Amino acid sequence: MQWETVIGLETHAQLSTVSKIFSGAATQFGAAPNAQACAVDIALPGVLPVLNRAAVEKAIRFGLAVGASISRRSVFARKNYFYPDLPKGYQISQYELPVVLGGTVSTMVDGTEKTVRLTRAHLEEDAGKSLHEDFHGMSGIDLNRAGTPLLEIVTEPDMRSAEEAVAYAKTLHALVRWIGICDGNMQEGSFRCDANVSVRPRGAQVLGTRSEIKNLNSFRFLEEAINYEVRRQVELLEDGGTVIQETRLYDPDRKETRSMRSKEDAHDYRYFPDPDLLPLEIGESWLAQVRAGLPELPQTKRGRYMREFELSAYDAAVLTSSREVADYYEDLIEALGGGYKLAASWIAGELFGALRRAGLEIAQSPIGSRQLAGLLLQIQNKAVSGKTAKDVFEAMWAGEGDAAAIIAAKGLTQISDAGELEAVIDGVLAANPKSVEEYKAGKEKAFNALVGQAMKATRGKGNPTRINEILKKKLSG
Amino acid sequence: MHNASLKQLSSQLAQRKVSSVELAQLHLDRIARLNPGLNAFVTLDAGKTLAQARAADALIAAGKAQPLTGIPVAHKDIFCAKGWLTTCGSKMLANFVSPYDAHVVERLGAAGALVLGKTNMDEFAMGSSSETCFWGPVRNPWDRDRVPGGSSGGSAAAVAARMAPAAIGTDTGGSIRQPAAFSGICGIKPTYGVVSRYGMIAYASSLDQGGPMAKSAEDLALMLNVIAGFDARDSTSLARPAEDYARALDATSAGDRTKPLRGLRIGVPKEYFGAGLASDVAAAVDAALAQFEQLGAKRIALSLPNSALSVPAYYVIAPAEASSNLSRFDGVRYGYRAPEYADLSDMYRKSRAQGFGAEVKRRILIGTYVLSHGYYDAYYLKAQKIRRLIAQDFVAAYKQCDLIMGPTTPSVAFGLDAMTSDPVQMYLNDIYTTAANLAGLPALSIPCGFGEGNMPVGLQLTGNYFAEADMLRAAHQYQLATDWHLRQPAGLE
Repeated sequence: MQWETVIGLETHAQLSTVSKIFSGAATQFGAAPNAQACAVDIALPGVLPVLNRAAVEKAIRFGLAVGASISRRSVFARKNYFYPDLPKGYQISQYELPVVLGGTVSTMVDGTEKTVRLTRAHLEEDAGKSLHEDFHGMSGIDLNRAGTPLLEIVTEPDMRSAEEAVAYAKTLHALVRWIGICDGNMQEGSFRCDANVSVRPRGAQVLGTRSEIKNLNSFRFLEEAINYEVRRQVELLEDGGTVIQETRLYDPDRKETRSMRSKEDAHDYRYFPDPDLLPLEIGESWLAQVRAGLPELPQTKRGRYMREFELSAYDAAVLTSSREVADYYEDLIEALGGGYKLAASWIAGELFGALRRAGLEIAQSPIGSRQLAGLLLQIQNKAVSGKTAKDVFEAMWAGEGDAAAIIAAKGLTQISDAGELEAVIDGVLAANPKSVEEYKAGKEKAFNALVGQAMKATRGKGNPTRINEILKKKLSG
Repeated sequence: MHNASLKQLSSQLAQRKVSSVELAQLHLDRIARLNPGLNAFVTLDAGKTLAQARAADALIAAGKAQPLTGIPVAHKDIFCAKGWLTTCGSKMLANFVSPYDAHVVERLGAAGALVLGKTNMDEFAMGSSSETCFWGPVRNPWDRDRVPGGSSGGSAAAVAARMAPAAIGTDTGGSIRQPAAFSGICGIKPTYGVVSRYGMIAYASSLDQGGPMAKSAEDLALMLNVIAGFDARDSTSLARPAEDYARALDATSAGDRTKPLRGLRIGVPKEYFGAGLASDVAAAVDAALAQFEQLGAKRIALSLPNSALSVPAYYVIAPAEASSNLSRFDGVRYGYRAPEYADLSDMYRKSRAQGFGAEVKRRILIGTYVLSHGYYDAYYLKAQKIRRLIAQDFVAAYKQCDLIMGPTTPSVAFGLDAMTSDPVQMYLNDIYTTAANLAGLPALSIPCGFGEGNMPVGLQLTGNYFAEADMLRAAHQYQLATDWHLRQPAGLE
């Protein structure tokens, strides 16, 4: 039988606010345990939550960026369950009326566009962390993370392969960073996915029974977990078994998923509207204000680069892979006053190559956009050849200074002066009569040999275009 | 001195006829004498109270006194007060010393009032008799074999026995008004959102409201002036301009001193005088209504058709919220933890089984049930719909009248243990009081006579939203013409 995979993702994006969603405590990662847990986070008797509007604003930004509808009125609800890292005994989340409804995320898979529909995105608070080591048979509780604002982004079951799911997750990851609502740091848990996976006979309309794989915090784990789970379910079904609805965990060491709890053990969360918080009302003016502050979105920018700068689809995609890259590019072309394609190929080529080798992000590049502009200007002015420019780039990367300074210090300035070049070429012609003869006999290769000799004689600094011209003129004379 | 009004105390302090330290000591001495028999206070800390008194005396000497500066106030043990044991009447919090002040405590402190002590209460404010306290029952100063009402029974008994000039209570379904009625004192539950809930240990968040308990309507107004007002730490606190609740107390209708309440329309719902109302209470309330007519008010018969649904709706919504609010008491971070347990869920089970009393467990179970999958619509959602109907009844009523009056309770204070075995009968004690909480309306209770066993009877005034000043004026004018509020329990001196 042919099987079709059906995947829906729930992504928790930690919103990059300074303080928590319902308290004034800081959200910074890595503080000493419980150093960032205030009375509200610890859930002392009598304390009350107060909504952080910055978290709401980030949710609105997201909704606008994915073309969703922003609920003018949404409601915070309590999700009740006991766990030591959940101090109140309930999590404040949104249930029946979330802040963001609908929307889409489009991504490229194998050169074709794939559009994933979003069901909703809602605001909620994160729980704390249980620490099971170093406490001699007891558990420690760190509530620093308790109350950190999260946006849970839920898709429709629109993805049909692990590859599509990863492509969606990567696009979403780039988007939340692009619009400045999440730092996207997956090691620190700022962006993590739950995958709902099921299989069904190809052509079937009804969805198969799904399992939910929790807390996948890397794209690789997401891909491996889905692929494992699809294999597991198909094998199970082909052996005449049935898939049961359950929550599973992915073990990256053994590269397999295993059952955490079945539907029967599922909690009754007893959701009800939180009476401590009023419904969240979002007026037109707030919406307009957030909309006005939204940056040009990646897909819009990509189209504009192709249209206005005549970049290839590949270059446009590379340059809009993150806001930092796009900012770098735009800063660079502004300094150059044009040079769209030159700038694009240098970023996508030399710069990205060097960054990749050094394991750096563009924000950490030792060569800033203005510095790179200095080098590209030398190329545009024909002061250096493209080949020499690459050497200059290496020197700049090594911290030897600006392009102009390096070129001057190393005497790399390209020789374009006709008189100087003619003297060199006269010498080359005199020293290589055999090549001259061959060329005149019709051997094109001989010409290249003469150019090479001329370049060698100028120690690479000769302007190759000018050398070509002069050489041709002299040989035809 | 024990019978002095807040205004009189303030003026004596200002004239240096008495110091705040002397006033505090006077009350502490009376507490030492009377509290063992009444059990109204659960925590006293003379050192802290007297230190505050000394600071108040310095303020008075410096001419920086405000109306309540130097006056001792008793706090229901549901309010967090920095450095004070704050137990909420429960074993669960028997060891909890609050690291912070509730908004109400903060406000009174900033006004120069002293924390006289923490008063006893039904465990987590769940009860109508102050018998569910971990610290033992409070006794009614008018008859020690009877209950003082609840859940703010300690505060009520403290004021009734003149151990405190005034006190703070909380009211979720009548917990200020019912004990005020049973104990022969005054108490007001303000409009929901007028007094911040920050630092007030939550029972049912959408119904809880703090308020003053005192000897007169005038004293209530002075107290409310200090504790009311917006607080950004409570999202349900209302941002309104500050108001002087005492401003209208002496306002009389133009030109007629004998009919100060001329023009006031008093709505009297027929549902408040039906079966279940004891005849002694009915008679006292009826006489009070006649007195209001004497003062110029007009009596208007009306109906609040959904009144009978308020107790059932209340006993769904309040336990639902409580079941969630009390989840934080899990033995993990503070409060009671069972001494022995096998694993995590055993720790939860044992800590909560041992830490909570029977009534609290009953309400947590009811609340958990009504919020459960499959029952939510039939109970919680339906109760919320009834809640809206009840509020609409009042909206319709206030088109015909300015205030609604009736009995605060169906009977005078009942005997200790008389109802502990029948929770439903106990719940029916709240029949006249829960509607104001469900609708979020202000309501107060004042003494209006005596019934069976010479026990006090309470008259309830329910106003429209933010009508506190008008309600206090009506009550004050009644108190100028009567002396029920000045009567005191015998045998205390």
